Amino acid sequence: MLRYMLKRILMLVPVLLGVSLFVFLVLHLFTTDPAMMMLGQHGTNEQAEALRESLGLNDPIYVQFGRFVWDLLHGDFGRSLMTRAPVLEEILARFPATVELALAAIFIATVVGVTVGVISAVKQYSIFDYLSMIGALLGVSMPIFWLGLMMIIIFSLTLHWLPVNGRIDIGMEPVHITGLYVLDSILTQDWESLKSALKHLVMPATALASYSMAIIARMTRSTMLEIIRQDYIRTARAKGLKETVVTYKHALRNALIPVITVIGLQMGVLMGGAVLTETVFSWPGIGGRLVDAIMASDYPMVQGTVIFTATVFVVVNLVVDLLYAWLDPRIKYS
Amino acid sequence: MSELAKATAAGAVPESMETYSPVREFWRRLKKNKLAMTSLIFLAALTLIAVFAPYIAPYDPTNGVMADSLQKPSAQHLLGTDELGRDILSRIIFGARISLRVGLLAVAIALSIGTVLGSIAGYFGGRIDNLIMRFMDVMLSFPSLLLAIAFMSVLGRGVENAVIAISIVTMPEYARIVRGSVLSVKENEYVQAARAIGNRDGAIILKHILPNVIAPIIVRGTLGISTAILETAALGFLGLGVQPPDAEWGTMLGAGRSYMFNAPHLVMFPGIAITLTVMAFNLLGDGLRDALDPRLRQ
Repeated sequence: MLRYMLKRILMLVPVLLGVSLFVFLVLHLFTTDPAMMMLGQHGTNEQAEALRESLGLNDPIYVQFGRFVWDLLHGDFGRSLMTRAPVLEEILARFPATVELALAAIFIATVVGVTVGVISAVKQYSIFDYLSMIGALLGVSMPIFWLGLMMIIIFSLTLHWLPVNGRIDIGMEPVHITGLYVLDSILTQDWESLKSALKHLVMPATALASYSMAIIARMTRSTMLEIIRQDYIRTARAKGLKETVVTYKHALRNALIPVITVIGLQMGVLMGGAVLTETVFSWPGIGGRLVDAIMASDYPMVQGTVIFTATVFVVVNLVVDLLYAWLDPRIKYS
Repeated sequence: MSELAKATAAGAVPESMETYSPVREFWRRLKKNKLAMTSLIFLAALTLIAVFAPYIAPYDPTNGVMADSLQKPSAQHLLGTDELGRDILSRIIFGARISLRVGLLAVAIALSIGTVLGSIAGYFGGRIDNLIMRFMDVMLSFPSLLLAIAFMSVLGRGVENAVIAISIVTMPEYARIVRGSVLSVKENEYVQAARAIGNRDGAIILKHILPNVIAPIIVRGTLGISTAILETAALGFLGLGVQPPDAEWGTMLGAGRSYMFNAPHLVMFPGIAITLTVMAFNLLGDGLRDALDPRLRQ
């Protein structure tokens, strides 16, 4: 197991190198000359040439890429053209908001998805089963940004139950420990902040969770249906075990293994979805910042955010894979 | 005389004697799936609406009457009007053109490139396989919508670039599926026989391998259209896709967002259009999967 883990962690290196090469090449091939962009319309050719020389843009492309990776490794993602602040600093300042949103979404998606999937499988062809499968179909077909807007119209504008946007009421921010408001307010036992944070979090997180929730519910249902028909379930029933014990201890445990893979795969969906959800709810995470950066042609910011997110995504996928291997003893670590 | 002989003598061919046709068998199975058939009819109707949009739409989709702006649904404007007094129903009808075209085009491009790369990787194996698939792995390391957004940032906004961005980011998935399928059939005897009689590699891939792996490709492609439509809408919503004044469902949602406080119908109807279309492609894809390969039935 340890060897397998080490091997997988080492394999991250070429993948991440590939990711940065890919981003580097795409930006290099498609964007206009950064020197001309920095000088604006009034720059002369001589000025541009001098700037190119000083920026190292005249070096061979592999030298430029080498420098690019070297800088990345030293945490230097460049400076934002919009705010002139270091890109990594801005990303890290906004990252906790995105993490909080994504964690809340994955929590909602897993809890609701697995519960609905199990009940649908146990009561196959019941009204609950039909309704939840229609719900799952809607979940995979609805654009999450539209669901978000509809939720705002219903719960904020019509019923006035929940705030329209933002992360917390102004002035309610809890003492900074992790940067996750829900967690920080629990740790500091600041219940007013917790209430405010949850009220702001519930709609964006549910909207973001909708697609994954539907996928998880479907997956849980179909694996449960398969497992319920296995011999060892019949044996467990024949032993006289209670139905709930059979369902939860024997069937669900085995059904969860493929579900975990699906949950892992949903991380990518969630990260892409976060861009949309953050835009709809003006959530101050990195997704919304990315959209602003694109609108302003702030390439260092775009580049930094994309590489950062891809890295997080690859690492999360690795963790899920390792977790999977640990949970399912049938998987060989080779 | 046996029953069979009697029937044959009478000129009637018994059902079991009909020549077996995989296409007919597939169609028979698909017809039984009511949801898939409903979706097929819905999509056919939507295609007709898109093609004949200028004749069907009650109003001009891009020029409105300012005096009629932000009207609620009424007999005159069935789905109301937007902030510039344009008829929302007409814009949704014209929007179907863009969504269907982008969805189909993006999948067609991604599927073609993915199929070529996937079959080369699967058929030849070795170093070339490694090279292609590691590159695909790198592309799959990015959340797909995020990569599409990043591509839009360098390519520039607009519908053509949206097609390019969406096909680039969805292509690796097709390459993977095709490669897997090619690997599973390339050791079959008929492929070896084709090679033994001296067929070229290209001919073997085209004539003997691809026809046998086409089912999963078609299914994935149909489901892929729904993803492509959703991503087009997402890009449009973010302001990166189709540019105003052209009517596209996601762009309509993005623009209508500023008015949702007093005119929620601006965001309601385009969203319903997206949801129904995507749902139809999903149901059709599921139906095709079940009809093409009953073993996969869930």
